[in-house]
Parts: sequence; C-alpha cells; structure tokens
Amino acid sequence: MKILVTVTEVAIADDEFEIDGTSIDDTYLTFDLNEWDTYAIEEAVQLQEADDEIEVVTATVGPERVEETIRTALAKGADRAVRVWDDALDGETMIDPSRKAQLLAGVVEDEQPDLVLSGVQSGDVSLGATGVALAEQVGFEWGAVVNQLDLDGDTAKVHRELEGGVEERTEIELPAVLTIQTGINEPRYASLRGIRQAQSKPLDVNSPADLGVELAESSLALTDLVVPESESDTDLFEGAPEETAGELAALLKERGVGA
Amino acid sequence: MSDVLAIAEHRRGELRDVSYELITAGQELASSTDGNLHVAVISGPVEEYASDLDRPGVDQIHTVENGEEFNHDIYTQVAAQLADAVDAQHILTGNTVNGLDFAPALAERLGLPLVTDAVALDTDDGLSVVRELYGGKTEATIDVDTDRALVTTRPGEWPQADGTGDAVIEPFEADIDESTVRSTVTGFEEVGTGDVDISDADVLVSVGRGIEDEENIELIEELADALGATVSASRPIVDNGWLPPDRQVGQSGKKVSPEIYIAIGISGAVQHVAGMKGSDTIIAINDDPSAPIYDIADYGIVDDLFDVVPALIEQFSQ
Repeated sequence: MKILVTVTEVAIADDEFEIDGTSIDDTYLTFDLNEWDTYAIEEAVQLQEADDEIEVVTATVGPERVEETIRTALAKGADRAVRVWDDALDGETMIDPSRKAQLLAGVVEDEQPDLVLSGVQSGDVSLGATGVALAEQVGFEWGAVVNQLDLDGDTAKVHRELEGGVEERTEIELPAVLTIQTGINEPRYASLRGIRQAQSKPLDVNSPADLGVELAESSLALTDLVVPESESDTDLFEGAPEETAGELAALLKERGVGA
Repeated sequence: MSDVLAIAEHRRGELRDVSYELITAGQELASSTDGNLHVAVISGPVEEYASDLDRPGVDQIHTVENGEEFNHDIYTQVAAQLADAVDAQHILTGNTVNGLDFAPALAERLGLPLVTDAVALDTDDGLSVVRELYGGKTEATIDVDTDRALVTTRPGEWPQADGTGDAVIEPFEADIDESTVRSTVTGFEEVGTGDVDISDADVLVSVGRGIEDEENIELIEELADALGATVSASRPIVDNGWLPPDRQVGQSGKKVSPEIYIAIGISGAVQHVAGMKGSDTIIAINDDPSAPIYDIADYGIVDDLFDVVPALIEQFSQ
C-alpha cells in the first residue's frame, strides 16, 4: 500500500510587517511546514509503523526553497519526496487551488497511491480546497476535515469533525483523499537520527511537463492586499503588572467575582 | 443579469444559520445584477426546510429529496445539475466543514473557479471577493475573470435573512448515479460530554497558545480557583492534549456566553471568536497589541501573561 502525503510550506508573518504590492515583504516572513500537514505526516507514519508494507511518499508544490521544509517531513519518517513546480507560479501569493491540485494530480497519476492525506488547509492562504479538488481531478473518493482514521481493507472509516462538538462517522471507499484536521494525533519531533537519514532520502523534482500536466490559466487575480482596520475599542490597563493586575482585580471584584 | 444559486445547509433535522446568511449574500449579488435568487435544499425533510427558507428576495426554491443527511457525492451531483438547469452564474454555499467537503469538487466538475471563505462580495466590475490571507493578518481582494464562479461565505459575516417571502417552491428531479456514491455516513457522535459544562459557567478563564507549555496550565487553574471560575481553552491547547475536548471554546468546540470571559494568551482567531463573542464582558491578557482578540475585548492588558497572571492571583489571595 502506498500513502501520498501532500506537504506545503507556509509563510508566517511577523506581528509587525509591511505590504509590498499584493504580498508581504519576505523580510517579515518566516517559512515553515504547514501545521495541518504535520498531522497528516504523523498519521501516515503511524499507519506505516503498524504495517511494513506501507510506503509513505510526500508531494509538494513549491520552488527549490521549500526543499528544507520537505526534508523536515522526511525526517519525521516519510520514505521519499516529490517536488513539483512551474516557474509560471513564481511570486504568486495565492495559488488557485485548482491549479495546485492539477500539479498534485500529476504526481498522483505517476505514483498511483491508495490513499492521499492532505492538511485541511494551509495556515497562510487557508483556502481549504486543494485536497477535495485533487480528489475530483483524479477520480478518487474523499473526506474533508478528518479527525479519526481507521483503515479496514478497501475502506477508510473516519470521523469528520463538524462544527459545535459533533463528529460524523463516515465510511469512504479507497482510493481516497482525506484532509486531516489538527488534533487527530500527536505529531512527533524529528529525531537526530531521522534528520540525518532525511538528507539521503530521495527527493525527485518534476516540472509539469515531466508529469504530463498542462497547467491551466488562472481565473483568479489577487488585486489588493491591505491590513484590515482595527475595530478595537478595548479599555487598556497600563502600567507595571502589579498595577494592571490591581485594576483588573478591582473591576472583577466590583462584578462580584471571587467574592 | 446574472442568476444566483445558494445551496442551503442542514444537519440532523435543522437548517443551519449559514443558510439564512447565504440568502442575504445571494440577494445582494442577485439584486446588483437584476438576477434571480435560487435556493437549493438537498436531502432531509425538504418541504419543511423550503418553507423556512422562503424569505423575501428568494425567487425559487428547488427541493431534492434524497436520504436524510448531507452526503458530498449526492450534493456534488445534484448541485452540478441544478446549476446548469437554472443557468446560475454565481453559486454560493457556506464555508463550513460540509461546504468545504463538496464545493471544491463541484467547482472542478463545472470547470468553475472557486474562492472560499469570502467576507465580502462585489459585482461592480465582474465578481470580486474579499477574504483574509496570511492567517487573518491581511485582507485580500480577488478578482474573478470568468462569468460564472463558486464562492463559499464565512459563517456570521452576513446577517440572516428574515421575514416571509413568496418564492416558488418546486421539486427538482435530479438524475443521481448511485454507483458514484462511494461514501456512507453511518452516524454522529457528540464529543466532549464530560463532567464540566463550560457553557454553564458565569466566569470563564480561557487559555491559549501563549501559555507555551503543558506545565504552565497549572497557573491558569490556580487563577480560576482564586476567582471561583471555570477553565476553558482555545483549540491548540486541546489539540495538544493539555486540556480535554469538553473545555474547547470555538467553532468546533462549544459556544459560550458567560458574564465574564478572560482570554489569556489567546490571539483570537475567527474560529475561536465565533464561540465566545456573545460573552457579556471580554477581558484579554495578551502581549501582542495587534492580536485580533483586541478587536472584541472590552478590557485588556498588553503584557506578559507570566507577569500579570501571578499578580492577579496575588490580588485575590490577600
């Protein structure tokens, strides 16, 4: 059995930043492995630990820079990695999820996995659409926002985390794409041994042409990026912690708290 | 003129609030182009749902009887057929867990662009959609350069349509290929039904990522004890297993509205705010003055929680 995990790198903006055109200037960004994807990797690695026959491959849409992040995923236990990129996407702040899915679909056609795990969303763009779009493109079944997964032959028995503390139990036929929610497991830290091994694990780089993909034109254009105006009218207590805590305590006591 | 199709959402016998918000958003879009607003309701007691969805401005409601609950394979097929049958230019559904379970597939099937999690829509010069980027720190405008598009709307961003309308309600005969239905919903489970019901508490001391370490949770428990309050948490604390799921406030956890809500080390992501914005008085302790929690907090202390919380405990132990 082969599990493909989609892994993306996200840009995390500093508390203070400046906007340059329609993106945040790189100097204010830190790049990291997407939080949701750490849970997807962990889920795949746990399945693999329970069954030696399972191979775990990561797939990433991103430029050369993201290879460091891909190595992090390999260090956590994935066997090998595939990266795909089209220079036409250079500098796009928000890649149309359908186009991203197209590139990933090329990898799926090439690798023929039984199961694809992807994060529910990326922490920066947060479209939450790539996984399900990918499933539809490759003709796989799917399930979004999965927070429990058990494999039973050709079926994935999952819980989908709905709103308001309700979970839906669903049975999904494989092959399938599941989007993984945070909290489904406890992602491990990469061990030193894992980090060392990751350096020598295969990382294949593909162009869309290598995968037989002709990238569609995007119908979406990011035309403006602003910092939303703060609606804050918070009454701030100012001063040393003893003073601010004192003022807050007075307010709380006035409301009958702690009496 | 462009027609709008809004796809309603329901669960376990009840329409969800976002359905009425979709009607408001759909009306805005339809009226700005003199188009019609169509509403679709799929599965469950559709006749009953249809009469609830009949609000002013809705022109037609299409009911599709098929099973009781949401199934993405059914929704995708039916919505694709209906969108073509009514020639909808703009298709709307909620940016919810179920919305995101079928909208991307529907967009692919119809060959349409999809923009998720919209907070505002504009049709002055073609469709443009406002949504957040960079984890909520910025707002982006996205222009859609096709005549037809699919958009999911963020829950709580549009007011719910109310009143009674005069829509034409009629069944839509969808041609459903059962062989492509490869997922089955087998039931539901309530999570987090422990001993403590945080939605009953008058005072909540709520802890978030800023607490940094599991062992620091004790500090928050100590404060809650001193105040006679109940401890709750934002999602990352529960994901890490530092507090049980019945303590989680937010979209996927509990909705709370205590008299006093003290948010400690909580940035105030939209999913969290959705669960606590109804609190009477909101107090934030967070050292980042730009944290979105300050958009809704009544009182705040912009300082290190590890300095403020012990000082506050001290105030109540004298």
